[in-house]
Parts: sequence; C-alpha cells; structure tokens
Amino acid sequence: MDLASAKVIGAGLAAIGVGAAAAGVGYVFGAFLQGALRNPAAADGQQGRLFIGFAAAELLGLMAFAVAMIILYAFNG
Amino acid sequence: MAVESKIDPMHQFMIDPIYGQLGSNNPFAFTNSSLWMLVLLAVITGFMLMGMRRELVPNRWQVAAEGLVGFVNNMVTSSIGKEGRTYLPWVFTAFIFILFANLIGAMPFAVVPGAHPFTVTSQFTVTGVMSIITFAIVLGVGFWKHGLHFFSLFVPQGTPFILKLLITPVEIISFAVRPFSLGLRPFIAMFAGHILLDVFGNFVVQGLNSGGAAGYGVSALCFVFVIFVNALELLVGAIQAYVFALLTSLYINDAVHLH
Repeated sequence: MDLASAKVIGAGLAAIGVGAAAAGVGYVFGAFLQGALRNPAAADGQQGRLFIGFAAAELLGLMAFAVAMIILYAFNG
Repeated sequence: MAVESKIDPMHQFMIDPIYGQLGSNNPFAFTNSSLWMLVLLAVITGFMLMGMRRELVPNRWQVAAEGLVGFVNNMVTSSIGKEGRTYLPWVFTAFIFILFANLIGAMPFAVVPGAHPFTVTSQFTVTGVMSIITFAIVLGVGFWKHGLHFFSLFVPQGTPFILKLLITPVEIISFAVRPFSLGLRPFIAMFAGHILLDVFGNFVVQGLNSGGAAGYGVSALCFVFVIFVNALELLVGAIQAYVFALLTSLYINDAVHLH
C-alpha cells in the first residue's frame, strides 16, 4: 500500500471517533431530558451542568476530527 | 471553476498579509486576520454604544445589550457567587468576542465580489491566547488569595489516603490539560464547520458543472444540506461562546473557593 492511500484510510478510521462523540452528546441530552421531564421545576437550574457535559463529550469528537485533519493535511511523510 | 477542480478546504484559513510582509525576520504585518478583528471591534463597539444610551424606555438595542450583559452576569454570579462580579469584565469580553467572531465568520460576505470573509476564531493562536489569559487569571487569583495553599485544589478532601495518592496526579493532569482544551474547543468547532461548508459548497458547483440528472440532483441535495449546516453553524457559534464563558467562570470559581 502506498502512503497516499494509507493516509486516506487512516483519516477515515480517525473519523470514527466523531461518531462515538455523537453517541456521547446524544446520551447527555437524552439523560437531561429524562430528568427534566420528571422534575421540570429543577430543570432550568441544571442547564449549566448540561452544557458542561455536552462540552466534555463534544471535545473528544472534535479531537478525533483534528487527528483526521492532521493526518490528511499536516503530515507529509 | 473547472469541472475537475480540486477542492481545497484549507485555503479559507490562510493568513495573507494586506500591508507589510510576513517573514522570519519580520513577524509583524497587517493581515486579513487583523482586518477582520478590526471589523469585529467596530461591530461590537457599535452594538454596545447603541445599547448604552440609558433611555428610560429602552429601545431594541438597549434591550439586546442589557440582555447579553445580564445573561453573562447571571452566569458568573451563579457559578462564582458574590465575588463573581469582579471577573465579569473578562468573562463578558471573551463571550462577546467569540460570539461575534463566530457569527460574523458565518455571514455570507463572499457574495460581494472581492470580499474574503475570515473567521478569526478559526485560528488556534487567537483562542489559545484567550485561554492563556483565563489561566493567567486563575493562577494569579489562586496564588494571590490562597498562597501555596492553592495546591490543595489538587487534593480531594474526605477521601482515604490511598485514594488521595491515586487521585492527586489525575487532578494535576486534568488541570494541566484544561488551558489546551479550553482554547481548542472554539477553534475546532469553527474550523470543522467551515471545512464542511466549503466542501459541500464545492459539491454544489461541481454537480452543476458536470450536468445530467445525477449532477443536478447531487447539486440540489448539497444546496439544501449547506443551508442546514449554515443554520447549525450559527447555533454552534453561540453554544461555543456560552461554553467558553461558562468554563471560564467555573475555573475562576475553583481558584476563588478552592473547593
């Protein structure tokens, strides 16, 4: 296998992590909605924590994206 | 554009000097990034000045500006407490800068011939420096308020000694990674969104150029997709500004109260 095709395959593999982060973000919002529907009065006070969890889950997906971009564009071995 | 043109999504992030020359012996030049930061400064100043006329019956600008300040003030006081107002200037500056930079970067200025819009937050140097400022505040306030006692931030209280040995290194690593992740988040979100927009915008043109039912079908699908991604970009831009401000106030809360 030559390097160019290996790079493209590696970038595609790195992009799997973005899908995993999608599952994480969906879980964060889903769990928040479950709790919020049970106790709507307490939901508004927890929005800050919701976005902290969202940010933590999202960051890992963004890092997978960054790795894919580094493999594609920044790595000229 | 030629039919077989190569898609180059990285071109939009190029920093081109407008005045002066960038070089190894001359790191200072007026670039398109500087130009768009000046545009940003003008827009934010205009927005705030229009909203600070302090009329008895507020007009729309005043409601918008007061709403933004009140929103950030609420966030800072609810996460830091009464002392939070001291740190409001920096949190609000960071919030409004990232918010306006993201929103202005998503505006379609390229329909004007010759205009090349540039998102300043799509460069890690910009967001990274903002996160360095945040952590300068965190460390400065922490050491100034608590002295060397600040290091007790890394030791969880009320845990058995064996667990403390395990958790303290983890806490230190977690604290050391924070400046990096705080700056990386707004940068990558803007970077990824603009690459997506660029790639699918190119698909629209290439589908039209290749012609045929399949070409026009792909083109129409991609056009609809670009519209939705644009809407998503506006949402993500606002969320990233909110998350940056929220995390900044939480980290400052750590430094002010330790636990």
